[in-house]
Amino acid sequence: MSWVRTEMALAQPAPASVRGPTAWVRKNLVGSVGDTILTIIGIALVVMILPQIINWAFINAQWTGPNRTVCATVAQGGIQPDGWSGACWAFVNAKFGQFMFGTYPIEERWRPILVAILFVELLVPMLIPRVPRKGLNAILLFLVLPIVSFVLLIGGMFGLPNVETSRWGGLLVTLSLSFVGIAVSLPLGTVLALGRRSKMPIVKTLCVVFIETVRGIPLITVLFFVSVMLPLFLPAGVTFDKFLRALIGVSLFAAAYMAEVVRGGLQAIPKGQYEGADSLGLGYWQKMGLIVLPQALRLVIPGIVNTFIGMFKDTSLVLIISMFDLLGVVKQNFSDANWATPQTAKSGLVFAAFVFWLFCFGMSRYSMYTERRLDTGYKR
Amino acid sequence: MASQEVLREESNRASFVNDPKVRSLFFQTLVVIVLFGSVWWIVQNVIDNLQRLHIASGFGFLKGRAGFDISDTPIAYTSDDTYGRAIVVGLINTIIVAVAGVITATIIGFVIGIGRLSQNWLIQKICTVYVEVFRNIPPLLVIFFWYSGVLAVLPAPRDSIHLPFGSFLNQRGFYFPRTIWGEGSWLILVAFVVAVAMAWFVARRARQRQMATGQQFPVFWTSVALIVGLPLLAFLLSGMPLTFDLPKQSTFNLTGGFQVKPEFLSLYLALSCYTAAFIAEIVRAGIRGVSKGQTEAAGALGLRSGPILRLVVVPQAMRIVIPPLTSQYLNLTKNSSLAIAIGYPDLTATAGTVLNQTGQAVEGVLIMMVAYLILSLVTSAVMNVVNAKMALVER
Repeated sequence: MSWVRTEMALAQPAPASVRGPTAWVRKNLVGSVGDTILTIIGIALVVMILPQIINWAFINAQWTGPNRTVCATVAQGGIQPDGWSGACWAFVNAKFGQFMFGTYPIEERWRPILVAILFVELLVPMLIPRVPRKGLNAILLFLVLPIVSFVLLIGGMFGLPNVETSRWGGLLVTLSLSFVGIAVSLPLGTVLALGRRSKMPIVKTLCVVFIETVRGIPLITVLFFVSVMLPLFLPAGVTFDKFLRALIGVSLFAAAYMAEVVRGGLQAIPKGQYEGADSLGLGYWQKMGLIVLPQALRLVIPGIVNTFIGMFKDTSLVLIISMFDLLGVVKQNFSDANWATPQTAKSGLVFAAFVFWLFCFGMSRYSMYTERRLDTGYKR
Repeated sequence: MASQEVLREESNRASFVNDPKVRSLFFQTLVVIVLFGSVWWIVQNVIDNLQRLHIASGFGFLKGRAGFDISDTPIAYTSDDTYGRAIVVGLINTIIVAVAGVITATIIGFVIGIGRLSQNWLIQKICTVYVEVFRNIPPLLVIFFWYSGVLAVLPAPRDSIHLPFGSFLNQRGFYFPRTIWGEGSWLILVAFVVAVAMAWFVARRARQRQMATGQQFPVFWTSVALIVGLPLLAFLLSGMPLTFDLPKQSTFNLTGGFQVKPEFLSLYLALSCYTAAFIAEIVRAGIRGVSKGQTEAAGALGLRSGPILRLVVVPQAMRIVIPPLTSQYLNLTKNSSLAIAIGYPDLTATAGTVLNQTGQAVEGVLIMMVAYLILSLVTSAVMNVVNAKMALVER
């Protein structure tokens, strides 16, 4: 038996062909002829586009300046050499206050800032799973904060001067519209979803008609509807604030989409859960509130967050009924003669895109994190 | 005995209040009463308000003279035409941009979606960046970006950018040669239709033969030859009746050729780019949804990678892809209403103008809603047919 090895062979490093950067490049970039061609196309794309973007956004960009001259070429009446092309961050810098608050009076801007701080203070512990007292937190965030914000932002009481909603603008409008939209559309959508799955034919028909109609038409039509037709629906003399009209439109629209997401969750709950609740003698609302909805909503968190993201992006449409959210204010400022250059529009839009992107990307990442965290018993 | 009677009586009495049927009947009656009450209240208010504003209700206003111009008119239209025709022009514009957008978005979306699953690290990352950028910014912003950021700062017509095939790009849009079909060009169209019909017939026969005998037939190349060859033959036979109207540069403007206005261009590009990001995610999910066992089993049967993709993976992936793809098409159609923000005269824009001019708010909004609902229903119906073709045939 002497040919049997008695001691273990020493561990050898993997051959050079399967480790190290060379092997990685071979496997991931030049694996085959087609792969190599694709890599070359990819590199060409990156080389063509990336330096241009970096040049435009950073190297050639103008960060500060009093007016349009810093962002215009000599031919356009500025100080830059001909053929210069760079971002005009000076424009964004100068208009930053407007982009955030619209025409909210400057001496009162501490109020939206305070609301923002309160919002972050309440939101962050809500998002971190380890922090206790979620119930209290939720009550503060979804019931107390809206009231406090309402008082603070609108004013007119406790010695605060009144600020009409027509003076609100920028990110303030975007965020308050989406926050209220989220807070209203989730419960409303849940009720609609329950109605759609109800056994009462009239309730069911009503919910189906509402959901399918709203989902079949664009948000602009809904906004037209609330801005043009709502005043007609009310008795003469009763008027609605434009901001409130937009809120109603956005919330109703989002609620219809939310209803479909929640319905998906309701359908995924096995029948045994419903029957189990019934056999325990629970009533309808107890059954739904204690057994079905907690499971169903948890299942569709990604869908809910996607609806939120969609709604956050959709708030930009209010500019069509002449309200000035972030995008609206940015667009409004293009026509400022003090800053009009060929670069102004692009710079303003890139800034707005970046802000929207940050929020949406953040939300989608958080939803992925939650999905992974809750993905314990449901993965099939 | 007596105590049992009492018990039954009691349970009967209790069940009257707790009976689900009674409760549901009561609740639904309540809903109907509330609904009719509020509808009646609203209708009363609308009638009052309309009387106060001296607006006659009804659709008679559609016959009135429109009096406003429309920049893009696919069908003949002047400001002397009726409101009704103006709205139809808008509807056609919506359909044009939606169809063009759907086609482009599908192509870009499939390329990017497959790219995200590529073995190639670089391609994968480029596609991921594309998806993450476009998914997370509002479509309206993308439209503005193309419109004010890119197309508006192009050179004036005098210094147009020359592109291949005699086309030009400048502030006023994209100009390319217009094709003028001369005498006898109907022959080409007929040849094309015949070729498509023949290709379909060949494909059917080939499938039947393969089912019966197992012999294969090069359907794809035959179809290509038919569809390209027959019209080409007709083109040559009818004496090449095709001329081009080339855009020509004059001092201040370009004349001739076919002009695509920047409004359409930016809307179309933005909708395509934006929706493509969502389609890419759907395609990726669809392909990943086909289990690896399918690919391996096909490999074990001796199929090569091309046929595996074409015959095994893609047909199964399409089943997962089509339903969400439908809703993306619907979204694109609905998002085309953003045209109003840059002045492309789509349905919402023209109906909005009509609404403002006539004050017929109820009818105007109603027309918009019904038109979009019909568009949505038609799109869903078409996609449902496609879906039924693709769906799993269960025996």
